[in-house]
Amino acid sequence: MIEFSLDGRSGVSPYLQVVQQVRQALRLGLLREGDQLPTVKDVVARLAINPNTVLKAYRELEREGLVAARPGIGTFVTRTLTDASLAAHEPLRRDLRRWLAKARLAGLDEESIDALFTSTFRDAQREIA
Amino acid sequence: MTAVLRAEGLGKRYRRRWALSDCTLKIPAGHVTGLVGPNGAGKTTLLSLAVGLLAPTAGTIEVCGGRPAADAAQLAKVGFVAQDTPTYPGLSIADHLRLGARTNPRWDDAVARSRVERLGLDPAQKAGRLSGGQRAQLALTLGLAKRPELLILDEPVASLDPLARREFLQVLMEAVAEHEVSVLLSSHVVSDLERVCDHLVVLVDSQVRVEGDVESLLESHLRLTGPRREPATLPAGQHVVSASHTDRQSTLVVRTDAPVLDPSWTVGRLGLEDLVLAYMEGTRAVAPGPVMEVLR
Repeated sequence: MIEFSLDGRSGVSPYLQVVQQVRQALRLGLLREGDQLPTVKDVVARLAINPNTVLKAYRELEREGLVAARPGIGTFVTRTLTDASLAAHEPLRRDLRRWLAKARLAGLDEESIDALFTSTFRDAQREIA
Repeated sequence: MTAVLRAEGLGKRYRRRWALSDCTLKIPAGHVTGLVGPNGAGKTTLLSLAVGLLAPTAGTIEVCGGRPAADAAQLAKVGFVAQDTPTYPGLSIADHLRLGARTNPRWDDAVARSRVERLGLDPAQKAGRLSGGQRAQLALTLGLAKRPELLILDEPVASLDPLARREFLQVLMEAVAEHEVSVLLSSHVVSDLERVCDHLVVLVDSQVRVEGDVESLLESHLRLTGPRREPATLPAGQHVVSASHTDRQSTLVVRTDAPVLDPSWTVGRLGLEDLVLAYMEGTRAVAPGPVMEVLR
């Protein structure tokens, strides 16, 4: 079982934070196929959030095929995300480190690196969309 | 969409001053609706009209399909926790529950007793000796045990410390999950409502500024920052909510359903608090209005 937490200052809506935390737990292997997600009532009682927010997050996860609701029992994980992409993480991380070293050498400070990454990421996303 | 509250051109005047004017609203059932606005915006007036403690000067209001406080059946449908969660200081907790049971046809005694037990309160204790947080919880217990279709709360957490505030909202949200009660609560502190509300009504200067599903409000509002520019030159689909300019830069909050394509803007999202503040600033440009209190 996992526990959710909410970051009120992140600018990410509570519903999306719940979705992201489940996906993250699946990626990290904290949640596996057959595991149960906390019940809506448990999440609500712990975080003092709107039940509809939790329901919406669970529905979204269901739509993505990651979990399935069994009426009267709860919501269960049906698929993991620790798939083939995990193997690719290490070489990608190495590339990224090399790139970061290059950026520092070029005189970029942390904020400039962050800004460059964010703007490039956004541009790339736009091209895909 | 079934509406739990419907107002049409609703207004209330005290002598010469309109505390609420031309309010047209449709609050959906099954949601937790936050009513936000600065002090004196008309929140309590709107809630008192919904409960039937006040009669409208203009327009109509319908709650749970009936006129507020029209008869006993209507009274049973609507629960109300007034500002500062009043209780009877001389009566014990058990007295409060007995009173609730005698005066409410749909009273759920099991709910009332289990909640008092979970709160760890002694039923023999006088309400006057309870802490602010405990008193608020007692008032909430009475409101929930009444098993209303709509529970209305006026600034329920304003006077509570952060822990009591969180506990109060936890109990309220659990009840929503369990009993599917619709909730309408007001606050002048937006951060209290961010987690609990999925529908929002912003009231400023006795008028409704914006109303809607929280998620879609957050999706449709963007902050644009870029070289100075007159708001009038924006594309037709972008409605300016608030604007501020320096000699070189403009910062706008816009409402739009389409993505912003203009590359000269840096586009950012807004939190609920910023969104509400933008609507209040937008009105301040016309006339100086009261300032929203921001608590962290």
